[in-house]
Amino acid sequence: MKRPHLTLEQKKAIPGYYFVLPFVIGFLLFFLYPITQSFIYSFSNFNLSPDGYTLTHVGWEHYKHAFFSHAKFNRILVGTVQDMVTDVPLILIFSFFAANLLNQKFRGRLVARAIFFLPVIMACGIILQMERGDFIQSLLRASGDTMGMGTSEQSSTVGSLMLLQSLFRTLPQQLAWLATYISDAVNKIYEIINASGVQMLIFLAGLQSISPSYFEAATIEGATGWESFWKITFPMISPLIILSTVYSIIDSFTVFDNRMMSILNDEFYLYHHYGLASAMVWVYFIVISVIIGLVIWIVNKGVFYQE
Amino acid sequence: MEKIIINANINPKLKKFLLWFVRLFGVGRLKKYSWSIIRAGLIIGISFIIIYPILVKVSSSFKSEADLYDSTVIWIPRQLNLENFTLVFDQMRYLSSLWNSIKLSFMATALQLVSCTLVGYGLARFKFWGRSIVFSLVIFTLLVPPQTIMVPLYMHFRFFDLFGIIEAITGSRGVNLMNTYWPFALTAMTCMGIKNGLYIYMIRQYFRGMPKELEEAALVDGAGVFKTFYQVMLPSAVPTLVAVILFSFVWQWNDTFYSSLFWTSTKGLPGALSSLMDNVRELYEQTGRPYNDFTSSMLNNTGSLMVIAPLIILYAFAQRYFVESIERSGLVG
Repeated sequence: MKRPHLTLEQKKAIPGYYFVLPFVIGFLLFFLYPITQSFIYSFSNFNLSPDGYTLTHVGWEHYKHAFFSHAKFNRILVGTVQDMVTDVPLILIFSFFAANLLNQKFRGRLVARAIFFLPVIMACGIILQMERGDFIQSLLRASGDTMGMGTSEQSSTVGSLMLLQSLFRTLPQQLAWLATYISDAVNKIYEIINASGVQMLIFLAGLQSISPSYFEAATIEGATGWESFWKITFPMISPLIILSTVYSIIDSFTVFDNRMMSILNDEFYLYHHYGLASAMVWVYFIVISVIIGLVIWIVNKGVFYQE
Repeated sequence: MEKIIINANINPKLKKFLLWFVRLFGVGRLKKYSWSIIRAGLIIGISFIIIYPILVKVSSSFKSEADLYDSTVIWIPRQLNLENFTLVFDQMRYLSSLWNSIKLSFMATALQLVSCTLVGYGLARFKFWGRSIVFSLVIFTLLVPPQTIMVPLYMHFRFFDLFGIIEAITGSRGVNLMNTYWPFALTAMTCMGIKNGLYIYMIRQYFRGMPKELEEAALVDGAGVFKTFYQVMLPSAVPTLVAVILFSFVWQWNDTFYSSLFWTSTKGLPGALSSLMDNVRELYEQTGRPYNDFTSSMLNNTGSLMVIAPLIILYAFAQRYFVESIERSGLVG
């Protein structure tokens, strides 16, 4: 049999298939298959028996139940989205700011970097889970004027609100939400720092990749640091803003202590309502995709690509 | 600057001091110093917030119950007390949990590293049909919350079967892979472990930046595709790979989602830590010791410390490579 004639380009491309083969197999077996299964579950009643499971088709029953009869689903869905909308900008601003700090030359930079990236290690999975429910930590924070930080939640809210109110007194009423937002941000600083490890890494790597010759040229032309930040650093790093934004959104939606995750876990582990849980997850997934799509669409307009 | 100070309507003594200060250091220097001080303040402040929980853990793990109620003891306990550690050590079955976690994390990291490197390299260096589709699927796997596939994945491994082959041979419905290492090994081998899409992305970005001439030179010298890959391209990618290793090891180590899904009776450290409190409460009730939030928190902190201690030791060694590697890692293309 005569083999089909391939060009050199095509011949060179063939090994590429071998290299990506593991992913393709994994995608088909452990991603595409489960995800279609979960879609089917969401329309079925799920009965577990010792030698497997049986499915009975129920149509939109589970979706209806989630939206109209479930006690908390709607409220928590909206609340989770709200939390995301408030947290993600703070995380992005903080991580961008911290990456800029770490990118400067100063003594002890390596130590500072090592500490700033500790949350990547510490603030994930089980450790974070334990910390959220910890009694002494919250108590120390409450009474802990020992080191001049961490006052109790109420008193610090009141304190920072009062401070901010005096600061913002000159502002019109319409901007009151800004004061609340900032005072909330101050109270949540620990959570924000914990959630920004990877984003900080992304931004720092981006900052490192900007060629110093741009800044040299700008300095010779007489640009100030402020100008070169907005005209060079910011546009050069803007493609990474999408990456970090999407990462932060996904992270905030899938972090374990998110209330949505906890009702999903209850339905799954506690009540074994697999069908209902799948329907809820699908609604949640669609909401996430729509939000991420919107965000990418909006941010993409302001992004500068070098190519 | 000097003119501003001379014209300013302020206390003459202060004016004299400011003038002296500006003349001594110069305006440029002054700016630099003040920024250095602010920067140092910010960095120390943020570092403190990050380290604070570790300090709390260390301090409360050495406390005894008497110290908890002593209002004069805040950070440093009255005497060194190791009872918390021995109690937690027993209740978590520390050695066996640690050994499970070590086996799991090392295996998953090694497999994920191999598979993600291959896929990342394939996506970066070969122009085959469907490459952009595969890459967008990689990103897609990152976007989907793992909870979406939680139930089917559980069923998949609870009654594991490949195209009905096992059912045809044994007659029963698949094999039960719960409480084994297989679910982790299979997903890691096929790039479906925790956040593997991110690693593929990092590695692809790195290899995309390598010059084409390097590949051509290797080809002219007679190296085949795979030889070029592991002898020419791979050695220079070490910093990126270190970052991937650290991420995947740490996230596997701390993971509760997959380990509670696939391991119901076998326990790694995260599993042992989350059931620690129930065990301790039971023990206290049996022996009649008073049990309250303070004790539970103290023991929880001890447990958390013992879970992250191996990671902190690892980080202390790997941190140098890690922090340096970001500068050259493929995170940015």
